[in-house]
Amino acid sequence: MVEFLQFTLSGVSFGMIYAAVALSLVLIWRGTRLLNYAQGGMAMITTYVAIEVVYRTGSYWAGFVVALAAGAVLGALCQVTIIRPTMNKPPLNGVIVTIGLLTLLEGLAGVFFGGQFRSFPTAFSVRGLRIGGTPLGVSRYDIFVAASVLVATLALAVAFRYTSAGLRMRAAAFNATIARLSGIRVARVLTVGWALAGLLGALAGVLVSPSTFLYPNSMDTIFVFGFTAAVIGGLDSPVGAVTGGLLLGLALSYAGGYLPSGANLVPVVALGILVVVLMVRPDGLFSATKVRRV
Amino acid sequence: MSSVTGPEGPAGPATPALAVEELVAGYGGVIALDRVSISAGTAAITAVLGANGAGKTTLLRAVSGMIRPRRGRVRLDGTDLTGRNPEQMVRAGIAHVPEGQAVIPELTVEENLRVGMMSWPRGRSRADRSAALDEAFERFPPLAARRRKLAAALSGGERQMLVIARALLAQPRVLLLDEPSLGLAPRVMAQVMDLVVRLSREHGITIILVEQNARGALAIADHGVVLNLGRVVAAADAATLAADVALRHHYLGF
Repeated sequence: MVEFLQFTLSGVSFGMIYAAVALSLVLIWRGTRLLNYAQGGMAMITTYVAIEVVYRTGSYWAGFVVALAAGAVLGALCQVTIIRPTMNKPPLNGVIVTIGLLTLLEGLAGVFFGGQFRSFPTAFSVRGLRIGGTPLGVSRYDIFVAASVLVATLALAVAFRYTSAGLRMRAAAFNATIARLSGIRVARVLTVGWALAGLLGALAGVLVSPSTFLYPNSMDTIFVFGFTAAVIGGLDSPVGAVTGGLLLGLALSYAGGYLPSGANLVPVVALGILVVVLMVRPDGLFSATKVRRV
Repeated sequence: MSSVTGPEGPAGPATPALAVEELVAGYGGVIALDRVSISAGTAAITAVLGANGAGKTTLLRAVSGMIRPRRGRVRLDGTDLTGRNPEQMVRAGIAHVPEGQAVIPELTVEENLRVGMMSWPRGRSRADRSAALDEAFERFPPLAARRRKLAAALSGGERQMLVIARALLAQPRVLLLDEPSLGLAPRVMAQVMDLVVRLSREHGITIILVEQNARGALAIADHGVVLNLGRVVAAADAATLAADVALRHHYLGF
């Protein structure tokens, strides 16, 4: 029972990180119908920025804030400079550009920061919390991870639902033509979408790096799990992305904990879940009803 | 060939609100509009008629900036707007209602209407916005009853109502309507045509009405323009066009 609780809580903690990556992919997919393969690479770069800031200032929070800001700037910059020219071109062009960007970012990280593993500090203790004498299997830091993704997600959801800027983003995502004819500057809205995605990715990078170490490829696995979570959720649905992230986090945590030599099986389990979900619901668990094809 | 004035003749009122001059537009190697000129009088209804592929929709798309004209001019009250993008055109006063009852089905009725106010300057107050929204709901009671429902749940007629209401919230001087009666039941079609008449007579909006239903469009229009293969083949009073049997048979199919 205690074991189960431990696996569950640790699954939630990792699941929230996958959820953040999934959400960043969904934001871009909804706006531009493009899968951003460089999302993990961008998060890796901003985490390097964070580690340099932490190193120079001695403040975790300075690094945290700078990483998020850098994520937003990097996202917007990429959209304006290299993604915008691929729009209204065959979809493959955008895909190739983001893969190229990933290669470029990982290469640059190696040049400027070196290839060695670097440890990333945490904001809170990573010592397991206990109730009475029973270890819970989570630390204060795990709680911070889950809470910060939750706060970011809720803030986004509220902004999308209740603000004028949120309505502009949804309108532009659902029907760019109508949005433009109504006076929404869709190009600008898409840039904002990339900035938000960059910010979420940066958040995921900073949060996960204490557990994975930081190196030029360190976000590759996280990106793949985040992508899996997004596909499970339906790629179009922010709620689906978060749910997909949590489901995947839990499933991988149980698999790693209960299966014999489970840690090695984790990627296979992730693939298995993806295949099963796509067989049962090819558009993902939370795909919107196909209202537009009426 | 016909008694109607040709494209070179006097084609409309002396002080047009919207003037399209020698417009050339196309897609890739195809010329869809070939030196099309149209003048639409203030608060008048100008019907643009013609068969499939005549260039009617392309004309609206070129006027609203959805496609960039290769040559020619688009003027609103004398101001040259040629080459502006759709976001700028709607701010300048030209609202385009595309064909196909183009609501955003994933948004609620109220959200669809709010999208219509996105062209407003940033400075306008919240009170102004909610007053405009209330006015829209007053004018279209069926929409008020469904304001929190997804637009996907609306009938065809209600959708058409919603897209027109959305375009009106941009407070346009000129309204470009692409086949507003397409796919609607005859009774609903008549309601939409009534609405178009009221918009021009009571609200002073200049209307460019693209229709395949030429008979219905000429019945309410002041002026008509007939396109064929991207060229203007006739432009005259609506009554004159409707009375021209040869032209009707040849281009309008009734």
